[in-house]
Amino acid sequence: MSKSNLTRRKFLQDSTIIAGGLIIPFSVPAGNRKTVLADGADGTKFITQNAYLHIGTDNTVKILLAHSEMGQGVWTTMPMLIAEELDCDWNNIKVEHGPAGAPYIHTAFGIQLTGGSTSTWSEFDRYRKAGATARMMLTQAAADKMNTTPDKCKTENGYVISASNKKLSYGEVAEAAAKLPPPSDVPLRDPSKWKYIGKSKRRLDTPEKINGTAKFGMDMQFPGMLTAVVAHPPVFGAKVKSFDASKAKAIPGVQQVVEIPSGVAVLADHYWEAKLGRDALKVEWDIDPAKAIDSRDQLDSYKRIASTTGVAAAKAGDVNAELSKGSKKIEAEYFFPYLAHAAMEPMNCTVLLSENSCEIWTGTQFQMQEQTAAAKVLGMKPEQVMVNTTFLGGAFGRRANKDNDYVVEAVHVAKASGKNVKLVWSREDDMRGGYYRPAFLHKVQVMPATDGKPGAWKHTIVGQSIMQGSPFEAMIQNGIDPASTEGISDSPYMKEIPNHLVELHSPVVNVPVLWWRSVGHTHTAFVMETMIDELAFAAKADPVEYRRSLLKNHGRNLAALNLAAEKSGWGKSLPAGHFRGVAVHESFGSSVAQVAEISIVNDALKVHKVTCAIDCGLAVNPDGVAAQMESGIIFGLTALLYGEITLEKGRVKQRNFHDYKMVRMNEAPVIDVHIVKSTEKMGGAGEPGTPPIAPAIANAIFAATGKRIRTLPLRPEDLKTT
Amino acid sequence: MVKLTINGKEHSVDVRPDTPLLWVLRDHLGLTGTKFGCGMAQCGACTVHLNGEAVRSCVTLVSRAAGQKVTTIEGLSKDNSHPLQRAWLEDDVLQCGYCQSGQIMSAAVLLRDHPNPSDSDIDQAMSGNICRCGTYQRIRNAIHKAAKLQKEGGVK
Repeated sequence: MSKSNLTRRKFLQDSTIIAGGLIIPFSVPAGNRKTVLADGADGTKFITQNAYLHIGTDNTVKILLAHSEMGQGVWTTMPMLIAEELDCDWNNIKVEHGPAGAPYIHTAFGIQLTGGSTSTWSEFDRYRKAGATARMMLTQAAADKMNTTPDKCKTENGYVISASNKKLSYGEVAEAAAKLPPPSDVPLRDPSKWKYIGKSKRRLDTPEKINGTAKFGMDMQFPGMLTAVVAHPPVFGAKVKSFDASKAKAIPGVQQVVEIPSGVAVLADHYWEAKLGRDALKVEWDIDPAKAIDSRDQLDSYKRIASTTGVAAAKAGDVNAELSKGSKKIEAEYFFPYLAHAAMEPMNCTVLLSENSCEIWTGTQFQMQEQTAAAKVLGMKPEQVMVNTTFLGGAFGRRANKDNDYVVEAVHVAKASGKNVKLVWSREDDMRGGYYRPAFLHKVQVMPATDGKPGAWKHTIVGQSIMQGSPFEAMIQNGIDPASTEGISDSPYMKEIPNHLVELHSPVVNVPVLWWRSVGHTHTAFVMETMIDELAFAAKADPVEYRRSLLKNHGRNLAALNLAAEKSGWGKSLPAGHFRGVAVHESFGSSVAQVAEISIVNDALKVHKVTCAIDCGLAVNPDGVAAQMESGIIFGLTALLYGEITLEKGRVKQRNFHDYKMVRMNEAPVIDVHIVKSTEKMGGAGEPGTPPIAPAIANAIFAATGKRIRTLPLRPEDLKTT
Repeated sequence: MVKLTINGKEHSVDVRPDTPLLWVLRDHLGLTGTKFGCGMAQCGACTVHLNGEAVRSCVTLVSRAAGQKVTTIEGLSKDNSHPLQRAWLEDDVLQCGYCQSGQIMSAAVLLRDHPNPSDSDIDQAMSGNICRCGTYQRIRNAIHKAAKLQKEGGVK
């Protein structure tokens, strides 16, 4: 049985202050927390057990999430962790997002954040402890009432049951329990006793998401609130020179037009009027031509930069000497464009502003960062700003904005207009709003050794730094942004290569960039896994066998690779015209291997099936892990087939789903997911499914056409078989 | 004033006639289950039924819906009992959920017209609805399941 080291002092420090006899979460203004502590209309009273858990007198168990539900399933996984220790009735669970506040700070990152595929493993102990602590206190309180001792009681389905079979519900003893001192020693259950962990649970957010009642940021409405639409500059960072609002103001329903740092906002009674108002607005922009970049020039400049010496990110042996020996050197240059997150729900934020407080309603992965940024704009203290997290209509990193862009913009509109506002971005605003996966160029030179394995590998990476100017800037060490090199400098292949050199260039470009589902691995996995494939073919080796020989010291990648190969029938015959490709990659603490089965008919690609295996250590909710693999694969497939943001004279060319396409139902392959039975350290699931799919398919395309793909997205000529 | 019948209830709305039905539903009537995704009939998040046919409400002017019958996700069933809603629940289809109102409304018309849809029927009917979370495989399986549930439960 494992034991936690949760001391009483630490617990109080983390989570609570005593107020009016009840414990309420630290940093949450008592009278201002309508959404979480509101008692039920039916007279139900909620009693806070700790920052993550409230129990109602009607036995409802209200669970507060430190992480945001953006599709990945924390709305279900976190309750599983609590229920595992609490012994509550699963059907009585209600879930809410926690506020911005100290108890909800990420256990590994030190700021409140949903990202990096970390929620489950980083909360694995904290949420179980929250459940276990409450169960101990409830048991003590019930034992006191039943004139017995806790050791003579058991807990089951929301009840404390005494040796003589008397029982009290959690709701009946919640108030007394909350007044007890939290225990200093909280034992957690042995895995052999687990009832929830490791068994698939259905999502708790489905009922409200299939009947229109789930509230996303876009759905917030308050009496008297106006809707704001903002005219943004055509080139990133350009400022307003002048504007003429007379035609906009003439549109019935338009109430106000105000200038803000990021553009000109039109406020109206409803979205449509605000949108028409913006269409009628005339704005002159002050554009610096030097900052109006062009994608084609950028590629040329990246090519030039790649031929110069960069900052070394990994180094072994003498790569230059080895590359000059022999004649079998393989050289390749890869290019990856900017990518938009294109979450289904365009960015939006609602701000209710009064003299001494500000209430924000938005879908965010970054509650405390938003709170601090909003307070700064308003000249308030952070605790005067309340951040209410709604459901997120997709995020993929976009809603963890390092500049808090859409929240800051909404607060500026509220401040400049003096109105309560909902800022709504159109799809075009969203597509052209920046914060893309950075464009990257890779230049690779490899010399195979006599055994066909890579003997020397020189790798140059050129692309903007994401961490620069972000809350994680300190992660940049010696000029290396790990988000640019992850998956290469730490690749298990690289460790096996006696002579290698990885160099990085991080040019500064006037295009805002951000983490995009699986971040650096979106491009590094593609380069590594297609080049390894190329080397396997050069060595006349089977691509799976070749990888096995290089991964013999990396059991986790090997386990995923072997399982995917087995389940896909690797090496067995395929229908005529079908081809397979494989890739394996570790990211966010998990190893994922995928085998793609494709055909090319009339120069058109069809992905028939993807077999996927993941080693994520313990899978708390296995079906949730499978769902994330399916999701990550479609996400990566979209990038391979279509993803490309380009700029001309600083203007983003793409604007909506007709020219920034998404994979649709008719293009979606069958996906077969298998989870490695593993005792390895827990890893993530939200992102690791994305990196391997594009190289697996590119390798299958090579098998079909004999052509290597080096530029994404796919071009028609990549699929020509003649 | 535009008169509309939405989910069996009559409404009179004071709105300019060139307003898309989507914004009348969301901003004027508070029916926010119908979602804004693209504004140009590309993503299907705003799908509703106009006289029983699936339309993209973001490009359907309210004047076209005047006097007609509109059904939104809120009106599909009173208690999540529609075969599609039951299948969505059982199969854990959704993730972020933002597109799913539109997915379900498109699938409802498919299921009415093709009580036993083939995979290609599903491709045909559902390819106008984007899911950025990529839940397509589960949507496909759940539509097949809903077809069975519909048969077992009789046509409603």
